[in-house]
Amino acid sequence: MPPEVALAIILLPFFSFVIISFVIRPFLKNRPQLSGYITIASIGASLLLSMWVLIEVIKAPGHVLPMPDYQWLVVGDIAISIGVTLDSLAAVMLIVVTSVSLLVQIYSQGYMHGDPGYSRYFAFMSLFTCSMLGLVLADNLLFLYVFWEGVGLCSYLLIGFWFHKPEAARAATKAFVVTRIGDFGFLAAILFLFAKTGTFDIGELHQLALIGALGGTVLTWAAIGVFSGAVGKSAQFPLHTWLPDAMEGPTPVSALIHAATMVAAGVYLVARLFPMFAHSPQAMITVAIIGGFTAIFAATIGLVMNDIKWVLAYSTISQLGYMMLGLGVGGLAVGIFHLFNHAFFKALLFMGAGSVNHATGTFDIREMGGLRKAMPWTFATFLIASLSIAGIWPLSGFWSKEGILAHAWAHQPILFFLAMATVFLTAFYMFRVLFLTFGGEYRGGSSDAHPLRESPLVMILPMALLAILSVISGWLPISGFLGGESHGFFSALASPLALVSLLLAALGILLAYALYSARWLSVESLRQTFAPLHTLFSRKYWLDELYERVFVMRILVDGLFAACHWFDDQVIDGAVNGIAGGTVTAGRVIRRLQTGQLQAYGLAIFIGILAIVACFLIFG
Amino acid sequence: METGIAISFWILAALIIASALAVVLLRNIFHAALFLVLCFFTIAGIFVILSADFLAAAQVLIYVGAIAVLIIFAIMLTRETQRGSPSGRLRLPALMLGLLFLATMVFVVVSTDWQVIKEIPDQATTSAIAQALFSGEEGFVLPLEIAAALLLAAIIGAIVLVRER
Amino acid sequence: MVVGLEHFLILSAILFSIGLYGALAKRNAVVILMSIEIMLNAVNIAMVAFWRYIAPVLMTGQVFVIFIMVVAAAEVAVGLAIIIAIYRSRETVDAEQIDLMKW
Repeated sequence: MPPEVALAIILLPFFSFVIISFVIRPFLKNRPQLSGYITIASIGASLLLSMWVLIEVIKAPGHVLPMPDYQWLVVGDIAISIGVTLDSLAAVMLIVVTSVSLLVQIYSQGYMHGDPGYSRYFAFMSLFTCSMLGLVLADNLLFLYVFWEGVGLCSYLLIGFWFHKPEAARAATKAFVVTRIGDFGFLAAILFLFAKTGTFDIGELHQLALIGALGGTVLTWAAIGVFSGAVGKSAQFPLHTWLPDAMEGPTPVSALIHAATMVAAGVYLVARLFPMFAHSPQAMITVAIIGGFTAIFAATIGLVMNDIKWVLAYSTISQLGYMMLGLGVGGLAVGIFHLFNHAFFKALLFMGAGSVNHATGTFDIREMGGLRKAMPWTFATFLIASLSIAGIWPLSGFWSKEGILAHAWAHQPILFFLAMATVFLTAFYMFRVLFLTFGGEYRGGSSDAHPLRESPLVMILPMALLAILSVISGWLPISGFLGGESHGFFSALASPLALVSLLLAALGILLAYALYSARWLSVESLRQTFAPLHTLFSRKYWLDELYERVFVMRILVDGLFAACHWFDDQVIDGAVNGIAGGTVTAGRVIRRLQTGQLQAYGLAIFIGILAIVACFLIFG
Repeated sequence: METGIAISFWILAALIIASALAVVLLRNIFHAALFLVLCFFTIAGIFVILSADFLAAAQVLIYVGAIAVLIIFAIMLTRETQRGSPSGRLRLPALMLGLLFLATMVFVVVSTDWQVIKEIPDQATTSAIAQALFSGEEGFVLPLEIAAALLLAAIIGAIVLVRER
Repeated sequence: MVVGLEHFLILSAILFSIGLYGALAKRNAVVILMSIEIMLNAVNIAMVAFWRYIAPVLMTGQVFVIFIMVVAAAEVAVGLAIIIAIYRSRETVDAEQIDLMKW
């Protein structure tokens, strides 16, 4: 396989972005559908090339394809080379990104139909796909960081896609700023590593960690810095607050960026630098604790949200926590396996939410209900995805979740119990949404205003494909390919762990059924019983308030910013004004010497000559 | 011979200094210009004493003939004769500076041990100057050409400056 | 009493100082120009004296004097033209009132 293939995978979506931005938007305004076709074509081509890469990687010894490095820049005796990594991890991620991106673009044809920003939307989507692929393929931290910020930028642009809505603009800003807090740690870690080792190359860093040249506190701090970037990007506690707000963006954007790919970039980053993490027990335990805590923390909030996209957002945070937990307990393969499966079923869930919204015009599950008959395809795919995320055998979610649980049981029993509880919560909140949306009677007022119709084929088709993938992706030997162990199709059921988790998931589903469909139990009375907990969950643990009122208003605005303002006003401005004032005063005095009269100048010249001659006579 | 030269030097030197002082001290600007002519003329005499015959002639032609006439023209064109030539505010500093400058130069001249050549050949200088000016090898052909260009530029510049618009 | 190099040099110095005083102290621009001519002539005397007493074979001293004369002629022509131009626009040649170089 020529090395240009890897480059082409990245550049094809970029060309699509360039063509849409500089040809279609200015010159072909009245043919916006061209943008969609170009995007689909370029990403489809990327997908085909990614499959080629995958096949080559599978065939390669050790699942690594050696790729040439290119000299990028030379500063003094520091040479920075860039290149791409083609190993099993990158190949899997390539497939995830290109396939989900392709399906989302097809879906967007229907969902974004008639939007005035249609071309802009596809331009940003192309740029995002390009950045994400670059992030996946980068073999060098600096290069990776460029694409890391690139996806952050695209996320900002796409969350704020309907920027005329103030909430969207605000959510975009929030996402950008909150992730930036994590990125700061990431960048600091990159520079710290460079200062200590003199290289940005990930492979070299791994070698250094392996031979012990990079270890101890240095490695731990660097790993935690990198992880802070991952926490920001993957919306882990405590930097998770941006992701629910990011749901202001178009739903396909949520499906692609905020469910399947970009938020998984943090997990991918930890996986990419896994050998570094693996040499620092402290870093590993940090990852595991943050991941495990986030998983249950976000799941509890997801229990009480009424906006379907918000439930899915907290579900995403929770599932990302699972992946982090999987990585933190040493299960690189299962963590990425879960990322792989999650990308499909979570993208599908978002598409389902978008499809529902297409029909009802709302995301509030209290105003839905009874959509099963009107939207059979949406219901069927949503059901498959919900079963999959709940971890029901033999759907994909079961395989990876079971793997993570097994690793957690082996290494961190306390976190294992958190994860187990999360299994129950996950099943419950997903089926709560399912029953409220599709079961019962329609509660959204008269259906004349919004005739409840199934979405067009262009939206249903990618959903159906994703549903198939949500079923079978767990059967693929991804875990083994990534260096983990694989289970037999039926023998997996034999382990007690799997049975317990299945039981918990079934209980969750049953509870949801009891509460929201069969109504054996009263939701109201349950809410009364657990009133403090309900308030805690529905106010999202008051974290937004804490950040807003305490960190931002008190510490930043009243403290730091006020101090900076004072310093700026008094010291910096004072110095500048002082210099300026002093110069003016001096000038006012000294300009008296400038009479403008030639003879005065001549006098001065001759005084100078005399002085020079005097110097010669005295000292010469 | 020596005595003759000495006598003529002292007379000429006295005349030069007196006429130069008259130039800078007289209030009547036209008289000052006439004394300037006298000053130039006596300097030509100094050149003769120094046996620089060609320069003496050139001095008379250029300074007395051309420059002095130009200056008298300028005086007439600017019609400033009635206001005379008063001294400015810088009279005292200028006087001090002039005296100090003179003292310094006299000190330098007197204290320096000049390598004077005893045997002074007596010869006509015109052809020697011509050779120095026009010989290509170690002569001054290039500066001469540049000087010609300078004169041309000065003429054009003067015309442009005083042209009525 | 033999007249030597020093006599000519001191004469030159006196003449130069007189010119310097005139150039700095007089208010009439034409007189300033005249004073500058006196200074140039003082230099010429020194040049010729050096030629005569120190390097009589080389003609450099005299050639320099010729160049000074050329430059002086050019300078007078341009200087007088400037004075006349200023006089036309400002009706004066008083150096103390010509202070446009001031800030």
